Amino acid sequence: MLTYTIRRLVTLIPVLFGMILIVFSLIHAIPGNPAKVILGQQATKEAVAALSKDLGLDKPIHIQFIDYIKQLLHGDLGESIRTKAPISEEIWPYLAATIELSIVAMIIAIVIGVNAGIISAWFQNSWFDYIAMLLALIGVSMPIFWLGLMEQYTFAIHWDLLPTTGRDNIRDPVEAITHLYLLDTLLQGRFDQFIEVIKHLILPGFALGTIPMAIIARITRSSMLEVMRSDYIRTARAKGLGSFWVVYKHSLKNALIPVITVIGLQTGLLLGGAILTETIFGWPGIGSYIYEAIQNRDYPVIQSGILVIASIFVLINLVVDLLYAAIDPRIKYR
Amino acid sequence: MRNPVLKVKDLRTSFLTDDGEIPAVNGISFEVNPGEVLGIVGESGCGKSVTSLSIMGLVPTPPGKIQGEILYNNENLIRASEKRMRQIRGNDIAMIFQEPMTSLNPVFTIGNQLIEAIRIHKKWPKNKAKMRAIEILKQVGLPRAEELMNEYPHQLSGGMRQRVMIAMAMVCEPKLLIADEPTTALDVTIQAQILDLMKRLNKETDTAIMMITHDLGVVAQMCERIVVMYAGEVVEEADVKTIFKHPKHPYTVGLIQSVPDMRLKKDRLYSIPGNVPKPGSTKTGCQFAPRCPHRNERCLAETPPLDTLETGQKVRCWLYQEGKGVEAIGRAVGKG
Repeated sequence: MLTYTIRRLVTLIPVLFGMILIVFSLIHAIPGNPAKVILGQQATKEAVAALSKDLGLDKPIHIQFIDYIKQLLHGDLGESIRTKAPISEEIWPYLAATIELSIVAMIIAIVIGVNAGIISAWFQNSWFDYIAMLLALIGVSMPIFWLGLMEQYTFAIHWDLLPTTGRDNIRDPVEAITHLYLLDTLLQGRFDQFIEVIKHLILPGFALGTIPMAIIARITRSSMLEVMRSDYIRTARAKGLGSFWVVYKHSLKNALIPVITVIGLQTGLLLGGAILTETIFGWPGIGSYIYEAIQNRDYPVIQSGILVIASIFVLINLVVDLLYAAIDPRIKYR
Repeated sequence: MRNPVLKVKDLRTSFLTDDGEIPAVNGISFEVNPGEVLGIVGESGCGKSVTSLSIMGLVPTPPGKIQGEILYNNENLIRASEKRMRQIRGNDIAMIFQEPMTSLNPVFTIGNQLIEAIRIHKKWPKNKAKMRAIEILKQVGLPRAEELMNEYPHQLSGGMRQRVMIAMAMVCEPKLLIADEPTTALDVTIQAQILDLMKRLNKETDTAIMMITHDLGVVAQMCERIVVMYAGEVVEEADVKTIFKHPKHPYTVGLIQSVPDMRLKKDRLYSIPGNVPKPGSTKTGCQFAPRCPHRNERCLAETPPLDTLETGQKVRCWLYQEGKGVEAIGRAVGKG
């Protein structure tokens, strides 16, 4: 397992390099002088020259690239043009908000999706199967913004059960330590706030989790159906094993590979694509952060935001690959 | 003689499909005595595997439909609850399959799968189950039993996997082991080893074996009694010597004739003309009649009963009902 992990880590290097190269060239893809585009038509020559120098655009391109990599290796993502603050410090609260929301959304999606898929496969062609798969079809086809608005209308406005927007109660805000509010409130022993944070997470969590849930349910079902027809499942039954263990032990572990692949891809998509949900639910996440940067033509922030999301995507894929090997012993030897 | 371990009476298994009900097993009866090795022989598609799966209660119903009686210790397994069947499977009646390569779960260790087989039926502590698992691995002739416990199926060869399958089936000391073509997927040398192993375990543990095969060589080596099946029916039943020396049913005769014999120099090996009828295409009369060299009008019109001859041999053929040509066909085989 260790050698496999190392091997996988080594293969990450070219991937990360390529990713940095693409992100780096982003600013150079702007036609004309990037500094001028960033500052707008009315900018003075001096201001444009100063920004060019700040961004290092006056140096030859290969030097710029080496500088950029050096900078990244020091954990420095540059400065925001708008706020002048270092991006590496500024980005974390937003990122933490998105990570927290994505984790909650994925937990909802996995718990419900995987189990719905398993039960659908187990009782193939039963009413449960038909209803679950119909709901899954509706779930995949549902526009997130519409679902979010309907949730808000039903649960927050009509029944007044849950808050409409935000991460915490603005009259009693969470004191941030890690910016992961669930963790922070627990660290401070503020269980009332913890409950409050959970309440704020439910609606956006479900809105964000619906599509992955539906996809996971469908993949789990088809993967389970295939596995349940295999010879070793017949062997397990011939041993006298009960249906529950045949399904949840012998079938599930074999059926997990495609399911985990989808979970990994969907998690990556959530981190980058949560912008609709974040906007509707007033969630101060990375999507909102980048959206704001785009509006302000804050190129270093856009660049860094993309870099961070892409890196997380790559890391999630690494975790997925390691999970493959942990689940299926044959993979390590290939 | 002791009471039979298993008594199958008029077993009929059919499958409901879009084209109607298709019978796979059509009223077969046989018995398995304690400690004996019974061979069930027939071509592919004659209902051998469906018979064994019916006994194990592993035919999904629906679409499957099982009728008749399968008596294990006077208990009709067809009527038994799923819970009761789970107690019987693996503990009283165990089964090994044709494909050792795919019959073990690839994502669990050998040890995990063996210990599980024990702990389903015996409420033993883990350690005791582990000791027993190692013991049975040694008993089936696997080297480095302790290390094997932590290995995965893909690290083992086909022959080793089939040994593990046999170990897993024998670990709870069942009264009956159903072996569904256990050597078909293996090399000839490995085949012989696996058969030796099964024969030895049969002697050591007094477990009766129901050997399902299409290989007459396997039957000759292993079995004491033989049931020949054709198109979902039993066509002949006798002890192994009688079957090979005096086969009665034209189908059995044909089967034996189509085995190559080193002593005879023939240009061309015999083969039975025609094919096994597809399940569902059965018609009135003897099922074998369209391929039979001795058929007459009665064979095509009426279904012959399974009759017991004076020798104790059972055969389903009109030729012996009419009392003519009884030995003539037997001799025509030119064997023995």
